[in-house]
Amino acid sequence: MNFDFADEQPKLLMLMYGLIAFVAVVGGLLLLLDVVPARFAQRQEGKLVAASASGAPLPRRPKQREYLFGLFFLLPTVLLLLVGLVVPAIRTVLLSFMDSSSTDWVGLRNYVWMFDEDAIVRVLTNTLIWVILVPLLATSFGLLYAVMVDRARFEAVAKSLIFMPMAISMVGASIIWRFVYAYRGEGEQQIGLLNQIVVSLGGTPQAWLQEPPLNTFLLIVIMIWIQAGFAMVVLSAAIKAIPADIVEAARLDGVTPWQMFWQITMPSIRPAVIVVVVTLSIATLKVFDIVRTATNGNYDTSVIANEMYNQAFRYGENGQGSALAVFLFILVVPIVFYQIRNLRQQREG
Amino acid sequence: MTTATPTVAVGTQQVEKSPGRAARIRKRLNTRTATLVSIVIALLWTVPTLGLLISSIRPEDQIKTTGWWTFFSDPQFTLENYQEVLFGRSSSSGQLASYFLNSLAITIPSVLFPLAFAALAAYALAWINFRGRDWIYIGIFALQIVPLQMALVPLLKFFSTGVTLAGITLLPAWDLDGSQKFAQVWFAHTCFALPFAVFLLHNFISQLPKDLMEAARVDGATHPKIFRTIVLPLITPALAAFGIFQFLWVWNDLLVALIFAGGGDETAPLTVRLAELAGTRGNEWQRLTAGAFVSMVVPLIVFLSLQRYFVRGLLAGSVKG
Amino acid sequence: MAVFARPRQAFVIAGVLGLALSATACGTGGNDSDSKADSPECAPYEKYQGHDGKEVSIYASIREVEADLLEQSWKQFTDCTGITIDYEGNAEFEAQLPVRVDGGNAPDITFLPQPGLLKRFADAGKLKGVGADTKAMAEQNYPADWLKYATVNGTLYGAPLGSNVKSFVWYSPKTFKEKGWTVPTTWDQLIALSDQIAASGTKPWCAGIESGDATGWPATDWIEDLMLRTQTPEVYDQWTSHGIPFNDPRVAEALDRAGTILKNEKYVNGGFGGVKSILTTSFQEGGQPIVDGKCALHRQASFYANQWPKNAKVAEDGDVFAFYFPAIDPAKGKPVLGGGEFVAAFTDRPEVQAVQTYLASGEHANSRAKLGNWVSANNKLDIANVANPIDKLSVQILQDKSSIFRFDGSDLMPAAVGAGTFWKGMVDWINGKDTATVLQGIEGSWPK
Repeated sequence: MNFDFADEQPKLLMLMYGLIAFVAVVGGLLLLLDVVPARFAQRQEGKLVAASASGAPLPRRPKQREYLFGLFFLLPTVLLLLVGLVVPAIRTVLLSFMDSSSTDWVGLRNYVWMFDEDAIVRVLTNTLIWVILVPLLATSFGLLYAVMVDRARFEAVAKSLIFMPMAISMVGASIIWRFVYAYRGEGEQQIGLLNQIVVSLGGTPQAWLQEPPLNTFLLIVIMIWIQAGFAMVVLSAAIKAIPADIVEAARLDGVTPWQMFWQITMPSIRPAVIVVVVTLSIATLKVFDIVRTATNGNYDTSVIANEMYNQAFRYGENGQGSALAVFLFILVVPIVFYQIRNLRQQREG
Repeated sequence: MTTATPTVAVGTQQVEKSPGRAARIRKRLNTRTATLVSIVIALLWTVPTLGLLISSIRPEDQIKTTGWWTFFSDPQFTLENYQEVLFGRSSSSGQLASYFLNSLAITIPSVLFPLAFAALAAYALAWINFRGRDWIYIGIFALQIVPLQMALVPLLKFFSTGVTLAGITLLPAWDLDGSQKFAQVWFAHTCFALPFAVFLLHNFISQLPKDLMEAARVDGATHPKIFRTIVLPLITPALAAFGIFQFLWVWNDLLVALIFAGGGDETAPLTVRLAELAGTRGNEWQRLTAGAFVSMVVPLIVFLSLQRYFVRGLLAGSVKG
Repeated sequence: MAVFARPRQAFVIAGVLGLALSATACGTGGNDSDSKADSPECAPYEKYQGHDGKEVSIYASIREVEADLLEQSWKQFTDCTGITIDYEGNAEFEAQLPVRVDGGNAPDITFLPQPGLLKRFADAGKLKGVGADTKAMAEQNYPADWLKYATVNGTLYGAPLGSNVKSFVWYSPKTFKEKGWTVPTTWDQLIALSDQIAASGTKPWCAGIESGDATGWPATDWIEDLMLRTQTPEVYDQWTSHGIPFNDPRVAEALDRAGTILKNEKYVNGGFGGVKSILTTSFQEGGQPIVDGKCALHRQASFYANQWPKNAKVAEDGDVFAFYFPAIDPAKGKPVLGGGEFVAAFTDRPEVQAVQTYLASGEHANSRAKLGNWVSANNKLDIANVANPIDKLSVQILQDKSSIFRFDGSDLMPAAVGAGTFWKGMVDWINGKDTATVLQGIEGSWPK
């Protein structure tokens, strides 16, 4: 079969429709909101003039309209989220109280199962290890690197290299690391970099991914390898945005780099650090591809998202899979509360 | 207005002007060590990828028996792995170029829609005063945690059977065929992207100077007008930043595409094809390596060419967080 | 709402345009098949006529070259009947199919390799029982042993399509000849041969159970084969249907028997290293050391024939071949472990049933067999159409009346066990966990 451009036309046509739809929706929405209220305002204006002339109380128009504008601005997002995420989330919660084929209510059985089965408890603890270590280490590394690279030459090149793993899919990244951790028997030619280093230092090669609990940490390394670039880029940008005069004043005062970091840099970039930590925490809670590609959850490495996928899709245990998903929701609650607090502070400040 | 879009260079340039001989010398030393250390780390960071790149141009039996570093002492070069990945072995699976086009057709609208919707929503949540907006924001933020795997079945049901309430059809089934199925993929990707997009953009938009907004309001500008003429130009870098994230995510996605587009060469993106070739049922490493590289090329180009924009984009937001 | 309708309108417009385009395409295709339908080579397809222009979608796990051959095998059928078969094969099939079915987007026909999955869909009321024609065809062409695996509560849900024989041990006839080894026909001979090879300094057995997200399955085949050899077929059936607990002493016996080979450092893992290297060696690579003489024996199904290097001759007098995995107690007959896929349907439109019937027919079995690399339990299959020696041997074993055929046990169990804890349990078992702990864990995970 040769590449036939005619076969590809429907795709391009569809892409065009997509773009037209995009322009129509977004443009239309803005236009609608721009033109209609303008007309409306003219009439209001007229009333306003009339009202002030007659001495009647002024109508409180801005408040009402704010509400309407808010509604229209939010409409596409809210509708899409209702269909795409809210309904599924509610469904998941309901399913978690039902049996595997989602026909009978079973109360808390799926949750009891979750904490009863050793293998699943292992999965829950693994997830906790992940969600503590990844944001902490990736952010720290990203921050250190950002501070360092700030004073370095070839900054753009160095940053690109660190960020590059972000551009690779999680699956691709895991394949790369499977190469690093690959194991061949003692005396055989090693094809994994890590074992080659161990062997050349006189050690015996290890089957790294088969040794719990070490293997979980080795998988975490993959996630950090990917996400540190994200942390670094965001934090580096934040550091650059610290007003130069503050830095200069501190320098003239003769502060040590250590003091500079804790007294100037950290307070200034705190909001950026929060964005990074929150984003990484949520990404880590949902991590799936890495474990699936590297070990498929064998050797005690499984995490909630993997077990959920296996239970719900591969094993047909919808109830148990959903219960695991609900547990994920619960894990994110502390982060949500933290966000609420932040928002309150912001509004007050 | 310009203060909100500072450039990368400003910080360093001004610091360099700082007076004092001792400080300058210390600074130069500092720079040298910092450069050395950061380059070394960056290179170490790249070693795994380099290993993959070298492996992908080695013959199959070599990949399976010796480490990639032996390439330096015994260079054996082949393009066969790429040939297999690019042109395949199966006649019915079509050309890679076909899948490439699918990827583009899927990715572009899947980036644009959430970008626009999230910007509108973020603006409303940050600057339009109405009751309950904080709770809506927190709700959207919390939706980030819904694993997309759990959303697949209900969303597919929405497409294939529509929405009926008490026997009344509110929305009919979409009933799409062939390349029209892209619409489903756009829809799904847009839904899944919105919570993070709103979270990120809200972070930027809510930090814009209050005086600016109030001044515009006093001048009688309506919200759509403020959004278009003031907010959009200011957050363009932020939009670019999210655009890149979303691009990387959609381009690399496998699960959503498999469910909503299917696996044929009419609609399936590159990732589906590469996963097929690499054979998830075993390690045909020679094809895995080449496949991983082929899939990385476009994201890398996008990232490298937009990188400057990207840094600026995140910068604008983190001025004050 | 009003705003929201806009993209949908665009889609509808696009849809109408798309339909118009595809309609023209179909028109020309239809004419083509009309002219063919009357030609003599279409005579065998007469009973499937009357569905010109209809479309049937098939979704299965068979892909790449195998999928090409399959599509080629029904080409004449589609040409003559005018039915278009829209085939899609995917590696993620097992996880994707339930999503599509639950999402209301099920294909017309699917090839299910697991009777356990078939039962799940049948119990949920998703599958349609086969029509009368298909049923007659299936009963005529397939042994009852096979059909019972696709029968749930008395309803037949599909006929088998391809099959494979798993009770094989691969070896190198060339090496055997050079070293003066003989092919064992009893278990004792097999062990004696293994000891003899081990004494000569080579590890006799090699194995690999790494297989992506299905890691562990080759080891479950070992256990199933040994269950059939140490126990009666009835106990095997009880085991797969949970009539006896998974940690029954009889299961432990089979595991320990498998352990005398798989967990024996003197026997494994030729060409790869110690016992644990079984875990990291992929199923595809598992038997390769036989080619370079680093290993002598590899227990794996007939389909392993596809894994040998292109220049290796697969024949009784060639570089590699397989012998029947011997029985322990010949008095109990000749147990055969095998697998295959079943053609089940989610819809029962006439054209779907026509395709289902055709796929159960001798015409299709022979048409597919002629293209090579295929085995079926279809008794209309003419062995002369099977070219490849290993496929021939498989067909002979399947058609042999003294064979006691049993389906791969892990495919019969609920997926949580058969595609989950049983696989994972085997990984842990080879990684050093003891038999009792592993079996207890699997027993605990059996869905209540």
